Amino acid sequence: MKVAKDLVAASATPMVLGILAEGESYGYAILRRINELSGGELDWTEGLLYPLLHRLERLSYLESSWQSVAGERKRKYYRITDSGLAELAEQRRQWDTVVGALKEIWQDRAPLTVPPLGGLA
Amino acid sequence: MTAPDGPQELEAQFAQWRQYVLRRRELQAVDADELEDHLRGSVDELVAAGLSPDEAFLVAVKRMGSLDELSREFAREHSERLWKQLVLTGDSAGPADGPRARRDLWVMLACAAGALVSVKVPVLFGLSFGEDGAFYARNFTLFALPWLAAYLAWRRSARRPVIAALAVLFALGAVAANAYPLADDSQSVVVTSVHLPIALWLVVGLAYVADDWRSSRRRMDFIRFTGEWFIYLVLMALGGGVLAAFLFNTFAAIGIVPQEFVSQWLLPGGAAAAVVVAGWLVEAKQSVVENIAPVLTRLFTPLFTAALLAFLVAVVWTSHGIDVEREALLLFDLLLVVVLGLLLYSLSARDPSAPPGPFDKLQLALVVSALAIDVLVLIEITGRITDDYGGTPNRAAALGENVILLVNLAWSAWLLLTFIRRRTPFAALERWQTGYLPVYAAWAWIVVLVFPPLFGFA
Repeated sequence: MKVAKDLVAASATPMVLGILAEGESYGYAILRRINELSGGELDWTEGLLYPLLHRLERLSYLESSWQSVAGERKRKYYRITDSGLAELAEQRRQWDTVVGALKEIWQDRAPLTVPPLGGLA
Repeated sequence: MTAPDGPQELEAQFAQWRQYVLRRRELQAVDADELEDHLRGSVDELVAAGLSPDEAFLVAVKRMGSLDELSREFAREHSERLWKQLVLTGDSAGPADGPRARRDLWVMLACAAGALVSVKVPVLFGLSFGEDGAFYARNFTLFALPWLAAYLAWRRSARRPVIAALAVLFALGAVAANAYPLADDSQSVVVTSVHLPIALWLVVGLAYVADDWRSSRRRMDFIRFTGEWFIYLVLMALGGGVLAAFLFNTFAAIGIVPQEFVSQWLLPGGAAAAVVVAGWLVEAKQSVVENIAPVLTRLFTPLFTAALLAFLVAVVWTSHGIDVEREALLLFDLLLVVVLGLLLYSLSARDPSAPPGPFDKLQLALVVSALAIDVLVLIEITGRITDDYGGTPNRAAALGENVILLVNLAWSAWLLLTFIRRRTPFAALERWQTGYLPVYAAWAWIVVLVFPPLFGFA
């Protein structure tokens, strides 16, 4: 099972902000962490991650700095800002509402089965 | 693969990959750094899992997905990168380009300041812009164009003989404008004021092609330069007009009327400086922004063709002769100039190796209809040559220009026709146009230097 693209895109911002709330990190590590958290089910690409990081930086939810690691290699580290934390809290409230509502619905119906065709007749 | 080769080979692969990334306009050097770090992280992990560096690199690149998709995603966040910006200081250029671009800027500013100052130098000799209009009309281009030529000659690192030739020609222009005893209200003053700028502009052309003045390609570059320069000058004139209007009206609102400053300083000085700045803009942005003159010619060639054909049909339909009284010849000269311009700027943007297409046929129709109209006008004029047509410098100059343009367009039409029928290469048409430039220069100098004595300074 792969998570649908729209859902990945919608959850991308809180996911990145949440991971960076744990401490500063860089692109590759963020991608690894997402992979790890979702058991490989979330299909993130570099084309999703880096432009998103740049956008969040432009909105000043994140700050970045270049640090050198292992000789000449440079790495761009991202850190969450106060307004990023506020945004994360706001997103979290919204997601809690959505998830809570979905849980309410699914509790009544569980376990989910596909109704047979013409079941109403 | 032997062990010592491994890291080196891998570095070469990274370098190559980086080049591919940097070729994308959406991806900049910082993005390449970031993505390269990502790729290295991926490679390191795969190597740790037991792959050879070579295999790890391939797998990591594959995982990153196609660069097309990546740059599309980047473009959504960084859409401003798709709009080429003119960088004034050259900061984003390569490290080697930076100082050069900055020096260029300073030389341009010095030349623009020189042009601005030289417009006001005659004031020291008691000539004012308001009262000695005829003096400024004859000399205005002599204040501005030498500075543009100086800037271009500096940029091309012109050799001494070229610089000497430029100086001699500008001095000759100054003599032509001022040595003859021409009355302020004489026709010759007007004729000189119109033709001296043309002659001097082609001197600027000599400075432009200073590095290789015989080359047809360089002359075509000068034609491109002329079109772009003109468009930039018009745009700056619009901006300058808005600036002057605001300056005038805001100060007038507090009871200070800056009429003298605007009309004596801002407009003449600004115009002279704009001549140099426009030249610099064209030079600075020629590789950054698409040329606008060919775009305009593409838009207007069909429209002008339709208008000229409609005019021809109307002439035949009503059998009404063309009225060539007064300055009508000048109007038709200008028509030929416009048609020549449309032809030239379409040529300047055309891929010389492309086969003839429908647009070339359209151009042939344009040129042929302009020629037909001009022949009608000339027939009309020869009918009246007895009532001393051509007896004044105005008419002689207009007639001469008409003949020069007619010859150019007639041969262009022939070359276009043979090109469309695939008998001659496109380059023949290009060479004809670039080879014709000295004819314009020669004619403009003749009008400026020979006409006044020939017509008794009338």
